[in-house]
Amino acid sequence: MPEKIHVKTTINDEAVEFLCEPRESVLEVLRDKLMLTGAKEGCNNGNCGACSVILDGRLVNSCLVLGVELEGKELETIEGLAEPGKLHPIQDAFLENAALQCAICTPGFIMATKSLLSQNPNPTEHDVRFWLAGNLCRCTGYDKIVRAVLDAAETMSSEVSA
Amino acid sequence: MSAEKEYKVIGTRPIRHDGVDKVTGRALYGADFQAAGLLQGRVLRSPHAHARINSIDTSQAEAHPGVKAVVTSEDLTAAQDKMVNLGEGAANLKFMCDNILAREKALYQGHAVAAVAAINGHIAEEALELIKVEYEVLPAALEVRAAMKKDAPLVHENLKTDEMGKKSEKSSNIASRFQHKKGDVDKGFAEADVVLEHGFVTGTVHQGYIEPHNASASYNADGELTIWCSTQGSFNARGQVAEILQHPVSKIKVVPMEIGGGFGGKISVYLEPLAALLSKKSGRSVKVLMSREDVFESTGPNPASYVSVKIGATNDGRITAAEAYIAFEAGAYPGSPVGAGAMCVFSPYKIDNGFIDAYDVVVNKPKTNAYRAPGAANVAFATETVIDEICEKIGMDPLDFRLLNSAKEGDARVDGPVFPRVGIIETVEAAKEHPHYSAPLEGKHRGRGVASGFWPNFAFKSSVSINVNPDGTISLVEGSTDIGGSRASIAMQAAEVLGIPAESVHPTVVDTNSVGFTDVTGGSHTTYTTGYAAHNAAQDIKGQMMERAAKLWEVDATEVEFADGVFRYVNGKEEEIDFKALAGKLDQTGGPVMGSATVAPSGPGASIGTHVVDVEVDTDTGKVQILRYTATQDAGKAIHPSYVEGQIQGGAVQGIGWALNEEYIYNEDGQMTNASFLDYRMPTCYDLPMIDTVIVEVPNPGHPFGVRGVGETPIVAPTAAIANAIYHAIGVRMRELPMSPGRILKALGKI
Repeated sequence: MPEKIHVKTTINDEAVEFLCEPRESVLEVLRDKLMLTGAKEGCNNGNCGACSVILDGRLVNSCLVLGVELEGKELETIEGLAEPGKLHPIQDAFLENAALQCAICTPGFIMATKSLLSQNPNPTEHDVRFWLAGNLCRCTGYDKIVRAVLDAAETMSSEVSA
Repeated sequence: MSAEKEYKVIGTRPIRHDGVDKVTGRALYGADFQAAGLLQGRVLRSPHAHARINSIDTSQAEAHPGVKAVVTSEDLTAAQDKMVNLGEGAANLKFMCDNILAREKALYQGHAVAAVAAINGHIAEEALELIKVEYEVLPAALEVRAAMKKDAPLVHENLKTDEMGKKSEKSSNIASRFQHKKGDVDKGFAEADVVLEHGFVTGTVHQGYIEPHNASASYNADGELTIWCSTQGSFNARGQVAEILQHPVSKIKVVPMEIGGGFGGKISVYLEPLAALLSKKSGRSVKVLMSREDVFESTGPNPASYVSVKIGATNDGRITAAEAYIAFEAGAYPGSPVGAGAMCVFSPYKIDNGFIDAYDVVVNKPKTNAYRAPGAANVAFATETVIDEICEKIGMDPLDFRLLNSAKEGDARVDGPVFPRVGIIETVEAAKEHPHYSAPLEGKHRGRGVASGFWPNFAFKSSVSINVNPDGTISLVEGSTDIGGSRASIAMQAAEVLGIPAESVHPTVVDTNSVGFTDVTGGSHTTYTTGYAAHNAAQDIKGQMMERAAKLWEVDATEVEFADGVFRYVNGKEEEIDFKALAGKLDQTGGPVMGSATVAPSGPGASIGTHVVDVEVDTDTGKVQILRYTATQDAGKAIHPSYVEGQIQGGAVQGIGWALNEEYIYNEDGQMTNASFLDYRMPTCYDLPMIDTVIVEVPNPGHPFGVRGVGETPIVAPTAAIANAIYHAIGVRMRELPMSPGRILKALGKI
């Protein structure tokens, strides 16, 4: 068995330490070691986006990043999005627009949306569809997801201007 | 019973009850299961489409550090050759067992051969490589028409054709053949001015749920077996595991975890028996997961098919006769959804003279399974394309043709059943009245197509129990796994009966020891049947609460009336109390109130949809772009319209994927060459426009609120609607799915 490596990192603003084998992905570390199971495995090769997380401000598929690469980095996952007692506006928008069915893809879509809106607070429908093309949903046909993202953008920009 | 009936809860759009768990990542799906000392299981699969297994040597794998158990078909009791019921149809137990772990022969690439449990997944994968299997590769039957030929390699040496109950003498890959006849087809075709006949080919497609299959099991020393899995039906999973392992059903508890999509593909068990065997052998809890490649190669996709349809019509647009030849690939074991295909092939229409000839054919591919309106899209692609050609020939608007020929209440389908009230015409009218249909469509290589899709819907069995809480809410306990918002649609039906808000219902999906038998979330039955059970359980609660009000007021229960959430005394005394206040007085009136119902209704009510699509074809690359899409559908009564729209949109988009991109691409040895999401190209949001929906409500007389299931119908029409649109864009009739860029260029004579 390969020797384990000690990794110090920050996850959702909290200092975290763990041991992992060099071959283990961030997705495996999150799910099997840290019990952060909000990131889902749909394909394990970067095609579905169900494991999307934000690493040092950049949207990544956690199945394509090794656990040891988290050393000294900052990771955001779906578990860190809501404040105590208050959902993030993106989460609210997904609920209000019924933008989820089985919802296995939902955490990934929400993280991808957060990443989009941090870079482009007022996206067009085309922008949203282009950015979210790395996230697969098989239930909704994407209509309500795109509407939820546009709604969230509007809410968040009006919160900023207010 | 009418659409005009006023409802307080039904038809509104509350936030779904499980919503917060699902947007925060807290909802626990099958693969999220954890337990102390949990082992990880992985499965070794055949690389060959057809091979005799001469030997399996697991000794090196067993000796690998960290490996705790290895199982092969030796660990499964040899199964009897008998039929067992699986919820959505029956299956042969021997075939079912052999599909779990190959015995003697591997019948498709991906067929499970052995399974390993180890202290982590990487070690389990290493161990798979240490298992030595000696295969003798055999010639494979890989395509339905080739497999039907007399000299085709036999998938099963002893399989006889079952022809309307009679077995053939010689072995064959044709597992069964059946026919439906109505009227006089020859006479009908003689009356026609136009008769068209064409053959259509569809490839193997997968349901494509984002969550791979998973199962965890804990087998205790006393034989008590607990299974945690993502399944469409916990009771059906329990029943299958009991049969496969020959283990008493009462000693198995299935805990349904949240499920990441199913579409019919998570009804059959694959990993559950393996997890149980590995747990039994290792004495530990074991979680077995599939990779995405496993999902494509080893679960139950929708069959490839060959369908030929012949339709005759008069010049004024009346169908005089229709005939269909339907051959479906069952995969490695008999049991394709060809029966359902035969139910659907002509059913939107009134056909006086019809003939259907149908074949279930085994091939060396994964055993097919249900996929959203199983079989219906295969046949609708043929029928709805031929109808479009007839309309063109006789110069008739295709929606007018459908208005003229649609089946109505009292008409009989070619396969027998007589329609109760259906909304076929209404969905065609809705499509015709939609601004999309009359909008100008300009530009080069653009075309508009329409098609209708039919699904009979099913009604199985469901149970619900309800407890009244002291704060005036109710806890609703159900067995239907929630794949797309059914907690909400079921809870809302109970809320409507009790006059309380949807938010005052707390629905929970529980394990097989905690609720009455409930069938799979499938067949578009859940909102219909489990909703029916919720209605009846709420009626039970209502009756008991009326007795409590009577007790409170010291009157007779027959003198208490209930309306809009308020109990009233009807004879003089001015007493009234609402549901919430009465719920707070249960201890004063006799203690807790719980109600329950179990139902097996028989009137699910067919649902039909009519779709309109605009496409643009790039004649240089062959790519088809969807410009605009509108889907109408009869929902009977939409309980939660947002989730009804969602079903329609999702089904339409799966149909778009099927139409344009999706197929299993096999090499000549029968190995799938595109078993990844990159190469099996499902639609992304960048490929699509918004999907406009029109919910038509023609109440189903077979449900207290008029519900018709809506989940499956929307996938039926898209392939033909798009094929027709492509024809109107570039003048080429497409008769093979998917209509991928290569096929378009080929049809245009460019390659």
